Amino acid sequence: MAPTDLKLYQIGTFAAGNRLLDPGDRSVQADPGRASSITSGHRACQGCGEALGARFVLDAAMRAAGGEIVIANATGCLEVFSTPYPESAWQLAWVHSLFGNVAAVATGVAAALKAQGREHVRVVAQAGDGGTVDIGLGCLSGMFERNDDVLFVCYDNQGYMNTGVQRSGATPPAARTANTRPVGSEPGNVFGQGKDLPRIAMAHEIPYVATATVADLRDLERKVEKAMSLRGARYLHVLVPCPLGWASASQDTIRLARLATQSGLFPVFEAEHGVVTATTPIRRRVPVEDYLTLQGRFAHLFGPDGRPDVVARIQAGADRNIDRYDLVTVVDPDGVDHV
Amino acid sequence: MLRQLEGSRAVAETVARCRPQVIAAYPISPQTHIVEALSDLVRTGELEPCEYLMVESEFGALSACIGASAAGSRTYTATASQGLLFMAEALPNASGLGLPVVMTVANRAIGAPINIWNDHSDAMSQRDAGWVQLFAESNQEAVDLHVQAFVLAERLSLPVMVCMDGFVLTHAVEEIDVPDQEVVDSLLPPFSPRQVLDPAAPVTIGAMVGPEAFTEVKYLAAAQQLRVLDEVPVIAEAFEQATGRSSGGLVSSYRMEEATIAVLAMGSVLGSVKDVVDELRDVGVPIGVVAVSCYRPWPLDEVRAALAGLEQVVVLNRAFAVGSGTMLGQDVRLTLATSATRVHDVVAGLGGRPVTRASIRSLLAAVIGGEVDPDRLHFLDLDQDVVARELGLALAKES
Amino acid sequence: MSEHDLPFAITLAPASSRADLTGTWRTERASYVTRQAPCGNACPAGEAVRDWLYDAEEGDAGYERAWRRIMDANPFPAVMGRVCYHPCETSCNRGQLDESVGINSVERFLGDRALELGWRPPPAGPPTGRKVLVVGAGPAGLAAAYHLVRLGHEVVLKEAESRPGGMMRWGIPRYRLPRTVLEAEVQRILDLGVRLELDTRVDDLVSTMSEEHFDAALVCVGAQIGRRAYIPAGSAAHVLDAVSVLHGVAAGEQPLLGRRVAVYGGGNTAIDAARTAKRLGAEDALVVYRRTRERMPANEIEVQEAEEEGVRFRWLSTIGEVEESSIVVEQMELDEAGFPQPTGRTEVLAADSVVLALGQDSDLSLLAGLDDVDLGRGVVHTTSAMMTGQPGVFAAGDVTPGDRSVTVAIGHGRVAAGRIDDWLAGLAPAPEPPRELAAFDMLNTWYYEDAPRAHRPRLEAVRRQSTFDEVVEGLDADNALYEARRCMSCGTCFSCDNCVAVCPDDAVHNIGMPGTYEIDLDYCKGCGICVAECPCGAIEMLPEDI
Repeated sequence: MAPTDLKLYQIGTFAAGNRLLDPGDRSVQADPGRASSITSGHRACQGCGEALGARFVLDAAMRAAGGEIVIANATGCLEVFSTPYPESAWQLAWVHSLFGNVAAVATGVAAALKAQGREHVRVVAQAGDGGTVDIGLGCLSGMFERNDDVLFVCYDNQGYMNTGVQRSGATPPAARTANTRPVGSEPGNVFGQGKDLPRIAMAHEIPYVATATVADLRDLERKVEKAMSLRGARYLHVLVPCPLGWASASQDTIRLARLATQSGLFPVFEAEHGVVTATTPIRRRVPVEDYLTLQGRFAHLFGPDGRPDVVARIQAGADRNIDRYDLVTVVDPDGVDHV
Repeated sequence: MLRQLEGSRAVAETVARCRPQVIAAYPISPQTHIVEALSDLVRTGELEPCEYLMVESEFGALSACIGASAAGSRTYTATASQGLLFMAEALPNASGLGLPVVMTVANRAIGAPINIWNDHSDAMSQRDAGWVQLFAESNQEAVDLHVQAFVLAERLSLPVMVCMDGFVLTHAVEEIDVPDQEVVDSLLPPFSPRQVLDPAAPVTIGAMVGPEAFTEVKYLAAAQQLRVLDEVPVIAEAFEQATGRSSGGLVSSYRMEEATIAVLAMGSVLGSVKDVVDELRDVGVPIGVVAVSCYRPWPLDEVRAALAGLEQVVVLNRAFAVGSGTMLGQDVRLTLATSATRVHDVVAGLGGRPVTRASIRSLLAAVIGGEVDPDRLHFLDLDQDVVARELGLALAKES
Repeated sequence: MSEHDLPFAITLAPASSRADLTGTWRTERASYVTRQAPCGNACPAGEAVRDWLYDAEEGDAGYERAWRRIMDANPFPAVMGRVCYHPCETSCNRGQLDESVGINSVERFLGDRALELGWRPPPAGPPTGRKVLVVGAGPAGLAAAYHLVRLGHEVVLKEAESRPGGMMRWGIPRYRLPRTVLEAEVQRILDLGVRLELDTRVDDLVSTMSEEHFDAALVCVGAQIGRRAYIPAGSAAHVLDAVSVLHGVAAGEQPLLGRRVAVYGGGNTAIDAARTAKRLGAEDALVVYRRTRERMPANEIEVQEAEEEGVRFRWLSTIGEVEESSIVVEQMELDEAGFPQPTGRTEVLAADSVVLALGQDSDLSLLAGLDDVDLGRGVVHTTSAMMTGQPGVFAAGDVTPGDRSVTVAIGHGRVAAGRIDDWLAGLAPAPEPPRELAAFDMLNTWYYEDAPRAHRPRLEAVRRQSTFDEVVEGLDADNALYEARRCMSCGTCFSCDNCVAVCPDDAVHNIGMPGTYEIDLDYCKGCGICVAECPCGAIEMLPEDI
């Protein structure tokens, strides 16, 4: 009998850890000594994907940098729920300035550290999707263009949740928000070209661009580690479902992120210097309905007065992503994978 | 050592001797010569270690300075006019966070209509942003104020704006002494930040403060700013001892002995005003000049003392707010609210219009002659024909 | 206060948020739970399957521990790993994901390794002074004896045959269970101090008990009498019963079956008989069964293996007549209720002999005269405590109603030993606390990496048509480990740390030993993500009192 490669299938590569793994092979989150960069007592909603994503990212970055990290944070949910005076949930050096300037603030921090000869201290900037794709885009583009030594992380929850769930440039088509209600002939958010920040970042040909979600911890941590191994401008776009804004159940946060990837709506990939170098294939492909129907923001597309035509357009968008990034592995009968 | 220098170049060299570690700037007239010169100094290695960031906007420039300052580096930027307005959101942020950024404002009008020439509209529009605002009368004072600005900023953890008139000063070549490096070093110790982003001692900077504490935070910020009024004279005194040159301070008086009338102004216009005052003194008019060097925080006691007992004061405003009037003039009126001194509030030199000695001479003659109504805002050299014609047409149209 | 101390610009201390006990927002609370895995739930022998797989996942460090855990319930791991029809695998949740975990093959690997390395069970328990008679050294009797000895009772095992093993020896062909394996596992039981009396038939249980001063007895004499059916047969017709054929072969005889053998029946014994006939040289072995393949009680794997060996099947057929070299077969059809009904269409097939495999009955004469023992329909009826109507007389294995298999019998033996122990101590049997079953939909199978099953290699078909060599080989160590690690640990934490990772409130902590977690209720907001993302369904949400 041909030997079968020994793998830890029970844990696979998907769970955080396992007693059978060497501690070094477990995820950062499985490490009892993890930084817990954002810790208990913050005031995020139940099931907040952004609170989770921030800890995933920053703990991994802390490990990669040996704890030598400074964070610049844009205005937004993450900033508000983590630092209501007199309590801070952060366990690392952290500064918040404004909504649209975090990339520039981070640039300044990095420049200061360089001037001080302390380039071993690494800089991470983080913002929500509004602070990234909309109000913060000018500063961010400048940071990319100058190739400043900053890892910029966008926690994309697809809207202005902090201000009461208004649409952003990252809100998906047809989604209900406070200013794109399901009224009129085009219910919900408009079908636009989408503000695809990862591809905008790639157009700057910066050293590293990656997308990830809170549903695949190992992938996310690996990308943070990779990003931290590089110098220059790096961009990480993390999908973080928002129970409040998406009108979803709090326990479904990770599930939704997973369905976003498995439907093709959120492609997971990496790019270096403007060229896609790796994609994460879809493992259990699902129709977009599986993802949409768990969210109240798409409820108007279903039921007796539903809009199957709109759902079909959303599916077409997912299919386009699948084509663009080759997200589906075709297995032919002789067992050869065609990626 | 006196050298023939352009004002911008002199300021750049002075800033360099203050050893900033991070400079972030975006080009805008008439600030450009300053940052171009600094770029050269960094690129040639004359100024090092220093990171010069060519950012994508003034908003980015000040934001980068905020980050750099929070990370414990001495930071500098320069701008003017629209650029200062584009920084507006970040200005109170820098002051609220207590970050000692020093910024040169090459004063210029703000539009529309777009206008690249000098007045004080830009700085005045940001007078409530929590920054210290120092106004230079000359290029030499501009140079001297930059040294003092870094000392002041870092001593009190407050950002400081050094205002110098665009083109009139920035582009003027004259004999200027740039203080020697040793002199600057003796006055300006290495930056020791009040709070810093340090992985070894992590703190949260820039928290959200709610109604329960916001008022107290603001009160304490005001208290900190008022300390500027104590520190500025101390620093100016130290500077004079080190250089032999009297520069800066809060308020200075010129020929005010036995004066019954005074002209109060800021910036380069003071030179012309002093010339006219000299002429008037020569013919026996008891007139003097009060120069305000520190505009924010407003040195109320010092201005009141300088103007005490006068019959009239003429305030030359190089800025004007449509709908409310002047800023400097209203500050003076407030300062003299309980006195009998008549305040003549005069708008002069907007958008680069020269404030000539002749104009000042005729203004002061009119004031002395009782021809200027102190209750009305006065516009120096206003083309009455043009405005009358336009207003008349407008009135005709309405009726 | 120095000039630098004025708090005009706010700086906050790290982790000062811990002053805010956000757990007060909660309306539901996450709580760890252990649910019953379907494998163990389905195991007739009562093995804690999931638990021993958990140990086996550790590889060399855990194999002996895994084996000992099997031995807690079942003293025949090597036999089990060969003959069990593994309902554990049928119920395995992984079967709904890709393929069931090959539990049986891992068990065999562990059983063989124990024999190879000479692992021994713990010695018998301290003597209780009580003496128990076990009648019948088949799987039920041997298992009961093993457990009773471990409980400290003196056990006498009386066996009518010349060798122990019961159906494991006389019913299951060697190609499925090599006798060396059987001998070794039986001997390990005897080595614990069980007294085995061979060729000792008990004709009268009551008198044997009183004469030899037994405090209790367990009847597990099995069912070895082949059931006959009336089939018109010519005088030269050669009709045998399967139990006898298999017994004969096991005893070293060569039954004369001819070139063409028809086996009548659809159970495992029928398959064993047909495959044995093939090995004895029959050119044609035909199984005739009155229902369809789907309704055949024989195990699917056995049927497959038989087909591979060339055994033919004729479904929906009955044998109407038997002549010297032929049989008359009638075609059946299923009625609406699914029962076979005659059609009158017949066909003559060539057959030199007919082997009847229509079920077996027990010889219960040893219980004759015990009026309080219910022997209705030829089986011994017992209470839930496995005791007959006669106090102190228990029954187990094929003599009792229900499924008949080695595994069931071993399970009976284990339970009966426990109940006998209770009865001897004057205790009422303690009811098993009900445990919720870990159903497939309680799992989050995303976290289990796609892992096809490692199939056991089989003896090449040509070779196994003519020899009694073991057909199914064991897994090698790597594959056994791989297979064990395919276990999803349904309903029991396997320390994957997911709950620690997925809490947005940093409120779940690893508190030392693997798999020991604590939810900090000061900060748990009750979002439920840890429950949703627990791979194995070992966390549940409980309502808070509000």
